[in-house]
Amino acid sequence: MAHSGITKFLDSASSKSSVRYALYLGSITFFFALILIPPILGIVLKWNSMAETLRDPSLMSRATAAIYASFAIAIFVSVIDVVAGLPTAWLVARGRSRWLNVLDTFVDIPFIVPTATLGYSLLLFWSKPEGISSLFGGSLVSPGWLLVILLHFAFSYPVVVRVMVGAILDYKREYEEAARTLGAPPLTTDRTVTLPILKPSLIASFTLAFARSVSETGATLMVAGAFENGPIFIKNARDLGYEGPLVFVSFILIVISCAIFATIRLLGSRLKMPLRNVWPVAERKLSSSSVTAVRNSLSLFVFLLLVLIPSLFVALPAFLAMTNGTINQAVRGVGVWQGYWQSLILSYSVGFVVTMLNTLAGLPMAVLIARKRVRTTLSSILDVLVNIPLIVPSIALGTSLSIFWKSVAFIPEIGLLTFAHLSITYPYFVRSMAAAIERVNVDYDNAARTLGGRPFTVFRTIILPLTKYSLFAGAIMVFTRSVDETGATLAVVTQLRTAPVLLVEWVKGTVQATPLDIGLGCAILVLLSFIILLVSRLLVRGRY
Amino acid sequence: MPEVRVVNVAKKFDKILAVDNVSLQIHDKEYFCLLGPSGCGKTTLLRLIAGLVEPDKGEIYIENRLVNSVPPEDRGIGFVFQQYALFPHMNVWDNVTYGPRVKALGKKASKDIGREMLEMVKLFERLDAFPSELSGGMMQRVALARALAAGSKLLLLDEPLGALDAKIRNELRYELRKFAKDLELTGIHVTHDQAEAMAISDRIAVMRKGKILQIGTPQELYMNPQHIFVAHFIGESNFLEGYISKRTEKELTIELRGGLFVSTSDKTHKEGDKVVIAIRPEVLTVEKGEKRRTNSIFGQVEGFRFEGTNVRCQIRLENGDSVLIVRPALMTEWFNIGEKVTVSFPAEKSFVFSYPEKGLKRELALE
Repeated sequence: MAHSGITKFLDSASSKSSVRYALYLGSITFFFALILIPPILGIVLKWNSMAETLRDPSLMSRATAAIYASFAIAIFVSVIDVVAGLPTAWLVARGRSRWLNVLDTFVDIPFIVPTATLGYSLLLFWSKPEGISSLFGGSLVSPGWLLVILLHFAFSYPVVVRVMVGAILDYKREYEEAARTLGAPPLTTDRTVTLPILKPSLIASFTLAFARSVSETGATLMVAGAFENGPIFIKNARDLGYEGPLVFVSFILIVISCAIFATIRLLGSRLKMPLRNVWPVAERKLSSSSVTAVRNSLSLFVFLLLVLIPSLFVALPAFLAMTNGTINQAVRGVGVWQGYWQSLILSYSVGFVVTMLNTLAGLPMAVLIARKRVRTTLSSILDVLVNIPLIVPSIALGTSLSIFWKSVAFIPEIGLLTFAHLSITYPYFVRSMAAAIERVNVDYDNAARTLGGRPFTVFRTIILPLTKYSLFAGAIMVFTRSVDETGATLAVVTQLRTAPVLLVEWVKGTVQATPLDIGLGCAILVLLSFIILLVSRLLVRGRY
Repeated sequence: MPEVRVVNVAKKFDKILAVDNVSLQIHDKEYFCLLGPSGCGKTTLLRLIAGLVEPDKGEIYIENRLVNSVPPEDRGIGFVFQQYALFPHMNVWDNVTYGPRVKALGKKASKDIGREMLEMVKLFERLDAFPSELSGGMMQRVALARALAAGSKLLLLDEPLGALDAKIRNELRYELRKFAKDLELTGIHVTHDQAEAMAISDRIAVMRKGKILQIGTPQELYMNPQHIFVAHFIGESNFLEGYISKRTEKELTIELRGGLFVSTSDKTHKEGDKVVIAIRPEVLTVEKGEKRRTNSIFGQVEGFRFEGTNVRCQIRLENGDSVLIVRPALMTEWFNIGEKVTVSFPAEKSFVFSYPEKGLKRELALE
């Protein structure tokens, strides 16, 4: 009876346009007040402090070099990720062997392994005596810019492959078949027909890889050594109390990121692909099965050597930790492990709160964007603005947020942490839900309304059932992203330690932890991530 | 020499046998139709000939060359897809000249062929347009021009008119045949529309559930169907069930339901066989009143409809069976609903088939 009473009340309220507009206005206000404006205003408030950097040539030189390094690595890594990932995506999407299902699953591993764990795993594999360096009598790849490139390549690779697999599977094969019946060998068909049609997905995968690389902080800190990119510079400046350089680099990172993404969005569609020239003899030879086999083997080799094995290498110390007693210390919370479990609880608690808040506040925004409830232009503008936290480096966003909230009111660190994670993760939920709601035919809504359904009932009985799996998927993305987030966390807190931040300290030696402690700590994080992924896959498998 | 030869070809998708031991020959410069209901395997067979799908067994020959392991780009075919598959990122000109360009025929040759084909389909003035700017009929013509510009002598068309509205379909069907004949091509045209197949084909293969039931000219299939499904799918037929009660040298007497007797000139069945007689609606005659005629049955008018050229008259026979009669409107008496009539037909203009094992309804089902 109480339930039906609440439903009736909500139905009645939703029938009033004033209530609906209040809900949407509240959602927009939440977005602007907590997600978008604080990071922008934070930088503006400390505008004058940037002069300190501009006046100091050595500081300016160091800051510029760090900024340049961030974008140079991001562009380079994104290009080679697309070049290396596309053949793998092709193999997964078009291959016929059953083993490709295994490859399909393994490709996701760097994506679901927390980046802090990934960073340590790559450090072990490339730099430490336990890894591949043992074959060369010294560190094969020492911590520095090369190891940063290898790290960024590894964690962006699955993003590219996943986006391209989806695009290739969705693509109408009739176009390829038409080209081949007209005499084009497979390589000519791929170059002149398939890739141009898949161009939007190529651009999207490049953009995602770029965003991840520019934003990545925690794992980069583990492998960078003395090398500095933008996020590392900000962290170092923060540790030394240099506010001016910190604000300057954050500002430049935000501005250039936005400019690059705007450029890609505006000019990407005009990018011309090589279509007109054909080389029938050469392309026919390059389409042969032997060349294809060589290409596939090379793709697999690159994936195994540069992505999969380094990503899983942390299993070695984790296994050793389980056999030598470290696990007992972990379970009992002895020594460094007391802090570990506290940080884990903090990470998952913040993740949970942020997920709840983003779901509640993001749902009306998603409906607004998908159903264009306010004017189409405004919905389109919101659609673009929601992406901003996605493309801005998280440590820069966190720095700016921290400045804003500290100047406005006293906010305890747990509050700052929550706000930072809210900002970073908000677009993940809204994007996922908006896309799902757009897929629901608006005629279903209209049919329900002509049958007497009030707006709340239409939402509850039509839209929600058809999108509930995307709602779960979006919520899980928010949760895992929050648990994994390092950059913004480092920017906003000094006392609190989330799990990834603690692992960075263990690796950097700020907290004395043995390699087996670190390995086991990483493995526990991975195990929990796998469990969450498994649950989410079971929930969302094969649905909207 | 036959242009295309298919020998005992079979193809399975998961558990479904799409093409079941099919053999056929298509002659040089012939316009050949593969006709059948949805899911009968006609598109799969076309795609096997094109090389877009590999057969599980059997051989496919094009101009006496075994092409089983030859990729589509080397088979010398032109293919028109049901949804046209015009490259969305290329304009009309680039679509049409794609074949000559990828075959490296040279700039001038590509230009000349492109112009010739677009002028043939009357779309030269739209050469800068993109597929999204064209109507369905225009896209179909561009797809055809593109397939022809590739210079192949074998043209494969997969329900090329399926996505068009009825009026344009009727106009374009004759154009397809004309282009093929003018360019002396061999055409293999897949369709589910029997009127379309009858209008434009030299020969037709009727398919059902992966098998070819009969191959023949439109006239042969219509006048002499060898399978009960062909009698049903090509044109219209009335079906009456009965048993062979008596056979002589010249004719067969069949006992229908309700103890009615009719004669046919069939020579293949024997006394006691359960059979089905198929009679075309235009072969039946109907007169007012109950009159004794050769091969006649009494009945009552259930429905009468004027359709311009023809009238369609539904008669409930005295044994409960129902028949449809189609007669030229200007040459027929008009009947009232409930009126008693006499229905008759010439013995030699009916077809007798063995009663299907799985039942008549199932045998005639389109899926």
